Amino acid sequence: MSNTDFALAVEDLTVSFDGFKAIDDLTLYIDRNELRVIIGPNGAGKTTLLDLICGKTRASAGSIKFKNTELTRMAEHKRVRLGIGRKFQTPSIYENLSVFQNLEVSFPKGRSVFGALAFKCDDEVKAKVQAIASEIGLADRLDTEAGLLSHGQKQWLEIGMLLMQEPELLMLDEPIAGMSARERELTADLLKRICQNRAVIVIEHDMAFVKQIAHKVTVMHQGKILAEGPMEKVQADPKVIDVYLGH
Amino acid sequence: MNFIKASVQRYQLGSLLLLVLLLAVVLPLSLDIFRLNLVGKYLTYAFVAVGLVMVWGYGGVLSLGQGVFFGIGGYAMAMFLKLEASDPITTKIQSTPGIPDFMDWNQITELPALWLPFKSLPLSLALVVLAPMALAWLVSFAMFKRRVGGVYFAIITQAVALICTVLIIGQQGYTGGVNGMTDLKTLLGWDTRTDSAKYVLYYVCVGLLVLSILLCRWVQTSKLGTLLLAMRDKEDRVRFSGYDVSNFKVFTFCLAAGLSGIGGAMFALQVGFMSPSFVGIVPSIEMVIFCAVGGRMSLVGAVYGALLVNAGKTLFSESFPDLWLFLMAALFIGVTMAFPMGLAGVWEEKIRPWWKSRRQALREAAVKPPATPAPIAPAATPPEPTLTEPTLPDGVGSQRA
Repeated sequence: MSNTDFALAVEDLTVSFDGFKAIDDLTLYIDRNELRVIIGPNGAGKTTLLDLICGKTRASAGSIKFKNTELTRMAEHKRVRLGIGRKFQTPSIYENLSVFQNLEVSFPKGRSVFGALAFKCDDEVKAKVQAIASEIGLADRLDTEAGLLSHGQKQWLEIGMLLMQEPELLMLDEPIAGMSARERELTADLLKRICQNRAVIVIEHDMAFVKQIAHKVTVMHQGKILAEGPMEKVQADPKVIDVYLGH
Repeated sequence: MNFIKASVQRYQLGSLLLLVLLLAVVLPLSLDIFRLNLVGKYLTYAFVAVGLVMVWGYGGVLSLGQGVFFGIGGYAMAMFLKLEASDPITTKIQSTPGIPDFMDWNQITELPALWLPFKSLPLSLALVVLAPMALAWLVSFAMFKRRVGGVYFAIITQAVALICTVLIIGQQGYTGGVNGMTDLKTLLGWDTRTDSAKYVLYYVCVGLLVLSILLCRWVQTSKLGTLLLAMRDKEDRVRFSGYDVSNFKVFTFCLAAGLSGIGGAMFALQVGFMSPSFVGIVPSIEMVIFCAVGGRMSLVGAVYGALLVNAGKTLFSESFPDLWLFLMAALFIGVTMAFPMGLAGVWEEKIRPWWKSRRQALREAAVKPPATPAPIAPAATPPEPTLTEPTLPDGVGSQRA
């Protein structure tokens, strides 16, 4: 595989579970500073694709390159250290810790055992936590136990935890699931702000939301890419209307 | 002054001070040396319980094989003491003088290479900590790197405990077999069986225990402690935040193993022998019970758990030797069902709020003395005082976590 200028280059990627190909010979490039939305019917392999990129699932064949570093054989935590952040579909936060601690633990220092023992929560960390907390609208909830937050706030907190790590590639799996209309608007604004200086991949079903945020849309179907391009073009594509959008 | 106050609060030293007061002043003054020596023996189990708080309470990994590490530490100490007790003059009637008696009985004519490091005290003391940690590292590295956890890990630790017992009993010539190592007398010529030596050893034991608790407290308040709690909650989130989760578990497991080893060594010193009956599955599970009864999130609670259960064990087994095991099981089931967080949980959730509300009521009563002798509001049914402690004044730390 040749090197590219893309932030993320997925080429000929395949993963099969007992013969069933959840991702089938898929090729996908994500630009630096791009916000890409992946849509598609259930079972299209969207979440599996993110799993493969972050390392939760191992690829059967093909290559995933991030900034021209091959990822397919790399351990999960090392991929994160390269600059890949991933938000899970259900908010995955530490319910028993405070919002502050949730963000503090995500700060990318003291990641080894002895590093963690020696880690000091200094002014730099506090300032960073404060900055991220205001970004995600939880600045006044720092001392709250994370489990007591509303569903939408939990989603934001998880995004905030990823932002603490300054990832260059951010992958968000259904970030507005279960959010109210107002929360969706805020999330859309948040996504627009945070996609500066980094590539973002979002999986989403809500077409209005997709229209609002997407630079480019990729439609997946049965582990393959069905269509790719700007929202208007994709929406007009008869194949996409057939399998996903409906008539 | 403020710094002291802040660190007392940060490390929750209040409850620890109370424990030190109890162990270092109250008990030695109120018990005779025989009973105090027994307490010292119970405290050696507390090392294991404190380690379990870290592994099980904080790390969320239940180990049913902590007796192994207790045993290795104990054997390391006992082997040194045994060698010292087997000098050529005392053992001159053996066919090979200068080796431990059980080797002579098993037709071994030369000290095995395994025993050579235990001729040196510093080396033995180092091995008391390092040998359990090495085994713990081996087991936990192999398991946690493969992401074996939960009940599977517990079963594997049980298997390790069983294997160790079989090995110790089977290799009679090298380990003393089922009798273990008996007749331990002196440490560098200092007779450990005298009353004064027992006092000294008791205080050494208390001192080491306090240091262990402080070490664990420090780990808990560091980022590593927060990470352990985070891992227990959402392991994948920690992993995908750039941490190698298995390393943290391995560290905690090794820490607990090292502490258990120290406990074992203190056991060998205070009790004067070491045998496989402290290594196997049953003692390992008992140690988990100490921790569960005390409260698996509380270091200090685990010490109380070890003390109370063992005191109960001595008391009941003196009166009802046959019933004891059933009582023990009932205790474990009862505690985990009624108070999942153990005694420390009862303290934190029941006694402290009750005490606070009572103080509040008293203060209010003092502010406006009623004209008529108002009927004193019946205090909410006081929970039975499960702890032997006087109630703490407000703000002097707690036993929680």
